[in-house]
Amino acid sequence: MRVALFITCYNDALFPDTGKAVTAVLERLGHSVEFPQQQTCCGQMHYNTGYRREAESLVGAFNDAFRGYDAVVTPSGSCAGHVRHHHATETAPNFYEFSEFLVDVLGVTDVGAYYPHRVTYHPTCHSLRMLRVGDKPLRLLRAVAGIDLVELPEAESCCGFGGTFAMKNSETSIAMLRDKMGNVGKTGADTLCASDNSCLMHIGGGLSRITSGVRTLHLAEILAATR
Amino acid sequence: MRDEAGVNVVWLGSPTFPEAAHTALRDGQLRRNLKHATTTIRDKRLRAVAELDDWETLRLAGSQIKDRVMRHLDEYLLRLEASVTAAGGTVHWARDAEDAKRIVTELVRAKGADEVVKVKSMATQEIGLNEGLDDEGITATETDLAELIVQLADDRPSHILVPAIHRNRTEIRDIFLREMGKHGVPAPDDLTDEPRVLAEAARLHLREKFLRAKVAISGANFACADTGTVGVVESEGNGRMCVTLPETLITLMGIEKVLPSFADLEVFLQLLPRSSTAERMNPYTSLWTGVTPGDGPREFHLILLDNGRTATLADRQGRSALHCIRCSACLNVCPVYERTGGRSYGSVYPGPIGAVLTPQLVGVGTSKHADSLPFASTLCGACYDACPVRIDIPEMLVHLRTKVVDAHRGDRVESAARELLEPRRVRAHEARALGFG
Repeated sequence: MRVALFITCYNDALFPDTGKAVTAVLERLGHSVEFPQQQTCCGQMHYNTGYRREAESLVGAFNDAFRGYDAVVTPSGSCAGHVRHHHATETAPNFYEFSEFLVDVLGVTDVGAYYPHRVTYHPTCHSLRMLRVGDKPLRLLRAVAGIDLVELPEAESCCGFGGTFAMKNSETSIAMLRDKMGNVGKTGADTLCASDNSCLMHIGGGLSRITSGVRTLHLAEILAATR
Repeated sequence: MRDEAGVNVVWLGSPTFPEAAHTALRDGQLRRNLKHATTTIRDKRLRAVAELDDWETLRLAGSQIKDRVMRHLDEYLLRLEASVTAAGGTVHWARDAEDAKRIVTELVRAKGADEVVKVKSMATQEIGLNEGLDDEGITATETDLAELIVQLADDRPSHILVPAIHRNRTEIRDIFLREMGKHGVPAPDDLTDEPRVLAEAARLHLREKFLRAKVAISGANFACADTGTVGVVESEGNGRMCVTLPETLITLMGIEKVLPSFADLEVFLQLLPRSSTAERMNPYTSLWTGVTPGDGPREFHLILLDNGRTATLADRQGRSALHCIRCSACLNVCPVYERTGGRSYGSVYPGPIGAVLTPQLVGVGTSKHADSLPFASTLCGACYDACPVRIDIPEMLVHLRTKVVDAHRGDRVESAARELLEPRRVRAHEARALGFG
C-alpha cells in the first residue's frame, strides 16, 4: 500500500512534531510514508470564510500532488472533512483522518504507545460531525499503556475556534473557550488531547495564558510516545 | 430593512453580530438563564428523538416533502387558494410587510374592532404587525405566555419558540406586577415567582380579552393544499381559544408553509413537537378548514405572505432555508446562541436558522448587519444534526459567506485583505517602502 502524508498548512508551519509523530507511528506499524513535496493547503480556510473562488483554484494542483496513492493520511479531521466533501473526483485517492486510517484501514487500536499521564480528549466538531469518527480516537487512547483517560464534560461542545470565527467574533469565541477550559479543569487532566491542532491551538492558547499547567497534545504525538 | 416598502425581518438600526454580542456577553444573568434553558431542552430533545426507531427516515421524509414544495410552490399555492376558497375562506396575497399590514388593518376595521387577540406567530412579528396595528389605533394582545411577557416588558423576543428565554421567573413577576394593570386585569399584589402562580395571573389577565375580542390573528404552522386545512400547534390552549372564540379569524402565513396534502401532516406532527419542546405530541393541535356554520369563526381570511421568500427561492443553494418549520432545535444546540442569546442576531429569526434566513430575506450585501450574520458560526455542525428537516445550515452559511465576500470584492478593506493574501505583492510593497527597487 502506497501511503502519503498530507501534513496540512498549519501543522507544517506551527506543529511539525505532529507530522513526525504520524510518520513514527505508521513506520512502527510497518508502513512507509511518502511526503509529496508539491502538496499545498487544501483550501478549507478560504472556502469556509467565503473565498470559494480562491479555494477552488487550489483543487487541481492539490489532487495532482496526491494522485496514484492508495491512501492519504492527515492529522486533521477538519482538513480531511473538507477534502472529502469538496475535492472528490473519480481519480482522487482516499483521504483518511489519522484515527480513521489506524482503526478502519489498518485495523489496529493498540499501536504500542506508552504515556503515563492523566489525559482528557476533546473530540473536535469536524471529526465528530463531518467525518463521524465516533469513538475511534478514544479506542486508540484506551490502548495506550500507562494512560489515565478521563472523560471531558460537555465534550461535544465546540471550543470556539471555528477558523476565522476566532477573529471575526473573538469575544464569543473566547466565551466558548472559557467554558471549554473550565471543563478541562474539572477533569484534573495534565494533558488535553485532540485530533486537530487548530482546535488545540485555540484551547492551548487559553490554557497557557491562565497558566493552567495543562499541556495540549495531538493524538498522533501521544500514540508516538513509547517507554 | 431593505427599503421603505419592504422587509421588516430585521430590527431597524441593529448593530453587527460581533457588536451586539459584545453587549450580550457582558450580561451575566442572561448567560446563566440561557445556559440553564438551552442545556435542559437539549437533553430532553435527545431523549424524545431517541424513542423513535425511524427518526432519520422521518427527517428524510420531511426534507423531501419540503423539497417538493419548493420545486412546485406556485402550483401548490394556487391549489391551496382554491381549496380554502371552496371551504368558505377568503385568500389574500401580500407581496411584502406593508401589503400584509394594510390587508389586516382593513379586515379588522371592516369588523368595527379596535382590539385583536393573537396566537404566537413568527410571520406577524416578521412584518411588525403589532406596531403597525398600533399606529392605526388597533390594540393587539399576545396571548402566548412568553409573548405576553415580551409584549408587557416592551421587549424583543430572543428565541423562536421560547421568546422570553432570556428572562427568569423573578424578572417575570416584576414585569407582571408593573405592567399588567396598565393593559387590563392587574396581577394580584401578593404575586410570587412560582410558575403556577405566574401562569394563573396571565390566565386571568387574558381571559377577559379572549371573551371580548371580535377578531383573532394567527400564524400557521402548516396549510394543506389539497384540503385547504390550516393548522397551528401550541402548548397553552391560547391558540385554541383564538381560533375558535372570535367571530373573525385572520391567519398570516409565509408562502413556504404550504404542504402538498393533509397526509403530509403525519410526518410534520411527529417531527415538530419532538424537536421543539421535546414532547411526543404537543398539547394542542388546532386544524381548521374554511368556516363551519355554528362552529368557530364565521369568517376566515388567509393572507399569503411573500416578503423576500420568492427571492430566496431563486437561489437554489439558499432556498432550503425556507424548509424551516420553526422548531428552534438549532437554537438550542448552538454554542454561539447559548452565549449571545437571540437578540444579538438583530432579527425576529435568531440562531443558526436566523443566520441563514435573515440575510436572504433582506438581501445579501444590503447592510453590515445582515452581512455579519453568516459569519456568526463556528461551523460546528450541531444545528445540522438537530434539524428535523435536515437543512444543511453549515454549508448554507458558507454559501452565504461566499455571496457576502463576492458582493464586497471591490471594497477598499477587502482589497487590503487580498494584498495580505498575496505575499509577493506585500513583499514588493515592503521593499519599496524600505527604499529598495
